[in-house]
Amino acid sequence: MTKIDTSSPENVLPTPSHTVGPFYGYALPFNGGEDVAPLGHPDTVTVHGYVYDGEGRPLPDALVEVWGPDPDGNLPAVDGSMRRDPASGGFLGRNGVEFTGFGRIQTDTDGHWYVRTLRPGARGQNAPYLSVCVFARGLLVHLFTRVYLPGDEAALAADPLLAQLDEERRGTLIAKREDSGAYRFDIRLQGEGETVFLEFR
Amino acid sequence: MTLTQHDIDQEIAAEHAAYEKRVADGSPVEHHPRRDYAPYRSSVLRHPKQPLVAIDVAKDPELVELSSPAFGERDITGIDNDLTRQHTGEPVGERITVSGRLLDRDGRPVRGQLVEIWQANSAGRYAHQREQHDAPLDPNFTGVGRTLTDADGFYRFTTVQPGPYPWRNHVNAWRPAHIHFSLFGTAFTQRLVTQMYFPNDPLFPYDPILQSVTDDAARQRLVATYDHSLSVPEFSLGYHWDIVLDGPHATWIEEGR
Repeated sequence: MTKIDTSSPENVLPTPSHTVGPFYGYALPFNGGEDVAPLGHPDTVTVHGYVYDGEGRPLPDALVEVWGPDPDGNLPAVDGSMRRDPASGGFLGRNGVEFTGFGRIQTDTDGHWYVRTLRPGARGQNAPYLSVCVFARGLLVHLFTRVYLPGDEAALAADPLLAQLDEERRGTLIAKREDSGAYRFDIRLQGEGETVFLEFR
Repeated sequence: MTLTQHDIDQEIAAEHAAYEKRVADGSPVEHHPRRDYAPYRSSVLRHPKQPLVAIDVAKDPELVELSSPAFGERDITGIDNDLTRQHTGEPVGERITVSGRLLDRDGRPVRGQLVEIWQANSAGRYAHQREQHDAPLDPNFTGVGRTLTDADGFYRFTTVQPGPYPWRNHVNAWRPAHIHFSLFGTAFTQRLVTQMYFPNDPLFPYDPILQSVTDDAARQRLVATYDHSLSVPEFSLGYHWDIVLDGPHATWIEEGR
């Protein structure tokens, strides 16, 4: 049954998830997927890291999506992440002016990914964070996690999610600032140092 | 040791029996696969072992995950939803029209949102350089499509029937023909990537990816329905496939988008 009868709510049941598989690479990634920040914006941050499996091997075929607010904590409702060229059918890249808040990055063959976006602002009682969704061959249902940035310890201490985690697990959600100014955030799908993943109810 | 289809069949049957027993013992119906599903070997090292940390979205309307990335007319081109017109010639294969509605758990349409698809060509080959299957590439078919849902949540694609193809999960492993779908809702929590199958495919029982959905009714929701009213005279056969996004969402932002 794939015509859903919307007149009776008990018949409206979710479509199951499936893996993204190994061959999405010519379909989902787009030019500039990792460069979310408008050009030259002073509040630009770079977050980068690796995605690892349960044996510590990097994933050469993971897809990372990032979604976050602007520095004032506002969530954009702006399209144009994957602007197209009507003449060639190809990607034009972002316009470098508007902030869509959405990034999509395929890991390199060594498992590395990065995103350059705007420093997220706080919303409600939450410390500022970027929402991250991970897809991969072998992963039957995508995984949500969050990137929190270090610095404002009071905000991090008051965050409702971080507050319920023990120190080691909490640490997997807080990026580390590097000497270059970039933030390092590795994603470990399984095993030692396994990243905290989230389930929304 | 060589892993045979018989080995995988037994593992699939054991997982299915274990699920049926859980439900009989009072556990809830599982609409999605478990990430830990060993018959699909690639899942073994790629699923978390710690329980997921639950977040109750009703307690906090400010969650970033309760809003969604937006897409619009400038993110697609006019022929993105017709995969048969993206090259100078006609692709080889049986032309099909695939259409349906994108809905939330309350049965309401998700409007103006991005639907992305990708698929193998009619010979069962992806236009991906790492694809090793030696079926022919089709110079007139890439197999990528995008569209925005309309005011009633409908999407529509014209493409060719994808072929089944072998893979290396075990000896003589074959994927049933399918189209990959990527979907957004009104909240990032509703994000979905999945695969649509075609009715009566004889490969269904052998495929550990489809069988990872251990609930029989849920698995059926991945199979499109042949719909003669969608078939285009002298041109294509029609398939109907409605998609229901799971995940909580903030109903109060729905109409404002």
